Amino acid sequence: MNEKQEKLIDKKGIRLDGRKADELRPVKLQVGVLGNADGSAYIEHGKNKILAAAFGPREVHPKHLMQADRMVLKVRYHMAPFSVQERKSPAPSRREVELSKVIKESLEPALFLELYPRTGVDVYVEVLQADGGTRCAAITAAALAIADAGVPMRDLVVGCAAGKVDDTVVLDLYDAEDKLGVADVPVAYMPSLNAITLLQMDGILDPEEFEKAVNMAMEGCKKIYEMQKEALKTKYMVVKEVEE
Amino acid sequence: MIGDFMPTFFEKKQLVTPGELLAEGDYLPGENTYVEAGKIYASRIGLVDSENKKVNVVALRAFYVPKMGDIIIGTVTEVGFNGWTVNIKAPYTAMLRASDVLARPFKPQNDELSQVLTAGDLIVAKIASFDRAHDPQLTVGEPGLGKITRGQILHVTPTKIPRIIGRKGSMISMIKQETNCQIILGLNGVILVTGKNLEDEELAIFVIRKIEEESHTSGLTDRITQLLKEKKQVKVEEKVE
Repeated sequence: MNEKQEKLIDKKGIRLDGRKADELRPVKLQVGVLGNADGSAYIEHGKNKILAAAFGPREVHPKHLMQADRMVLKVRYHMAPFSVQERKSPAPSRREVELSKVIKESLEPALFLELYPRTGVDVYVEVLQADGGTRCAAITAAALAIADAGVPMRDLVVGCAAGKVDDTVVLDLYDAEDKLGVADVPVAYMPSLNAITLLQMDGILDPEEFEKAVNMAMEGCKKIYEMQKEALKTKYMVVKEVEE
Repeated sequence: MIGDFMPTFFEKKQLVTPGELLAEGDYLPGENTYVEAGKIYASRIGLVDSENKKVNVVALRAFYVPKMGDIIIGTVTEVGFNGWTVNIKAPYTAMLRASDVLARPFKPQNDELSQVLTAGDLIVAKIASFDRAHDPQLTVGEPGLGKITRGQILHVTPTKIPRIIGRKGSMISMIKQETNCQIILGLNGVILVTGKNLEDEELAIFVIRKIEEESHTSGLTDRITQLLKEKKQVKVEEKVE
């Protein structure tokens, strides 16, 4: 345990990658990057590189998934074979199936599912490079892709994690901290409505630490939310400028 | 809040994103907005505007949702047993019944449907019925509706159609007059332009594209009229030479 402590955070409270405890990794967002999708987004969250594409609302395939009273959201989270150091088999793993479900459920509260019965929205999330916290970055990108497709939304959904490394609660864990740290709390959040749509915890935290981690993650979400809005506006701002 | 002061949180024609707070208090939610706990939020990316007490967002990105009575332009995708399936660029595929087209009882042993309409044919049709439980039904049993035999098709975002129509149809009637073209605006964002010659059609398409690009600017009808007059002038001069 002592060995780990010195490894991950130094005496000044600086983390292995040079960040402070409550500091986010640099985030870059771009909307409308794919020509064939109805809506798309690209996110670089630290070393994570993720593409998201959204289609619809359109007919649901396979047909039996169709719901007579609401729209269905389908999400496929997939990691490219080259996204991690060891080649990852391109077949969907247990983890990917679970994350697809988790991302779907964190996006659903943002959509007006009851407005378009018997239709479906498909979201494809492709992780090109992974470095911890991909589910959160994927949610951020997927929400942008859906908004870009013109599907009405209550709010954009933002994902951000917090956790505990050594003895400190820190924001936005990256791969090494995620693996060697004590706990990881991914949060998805709708900032305008102040609603949490995803809350998971992996590891052990006492109640105070947990509360601190959740609040820290929400603060992180708010910062990313501003960038998200900016990215969405930038795409349409360009259109506006051309017009003028 | 003091007295009947009601705050809004936007400037006219401001670009907003889903989830952005627009107004609080005695306002009505208009297009592309929703109410949560007495507050009005945007639900699509677009430009906000308010009329009287109504807060609207003119969406920059949306899709067509069928409505009864809408005139649309669709593509036949499949010939079925007693009708056709039609792609109307909406979340739902539409059906056109054989009896509606033939205007007499349909007998499968006598009528070969693919001789009337086949996959790939374009039709102007009206939404005859549509609700939450059933896919839209089309009808072509009115003058001006039916198979498209000539002209050019162009696609625009469905939200731009009202702008192309203009206030009480001022824009579209002006374009029709100046270009000598027949123009059918499908509310699903598909437009048919038919003129006497290619040049007229091309001019009409050019103008519609221009409107699509500049849809949010004011005084557009006057500028488009000016533009059309100039273009026509050039053409007349070319002919004289």
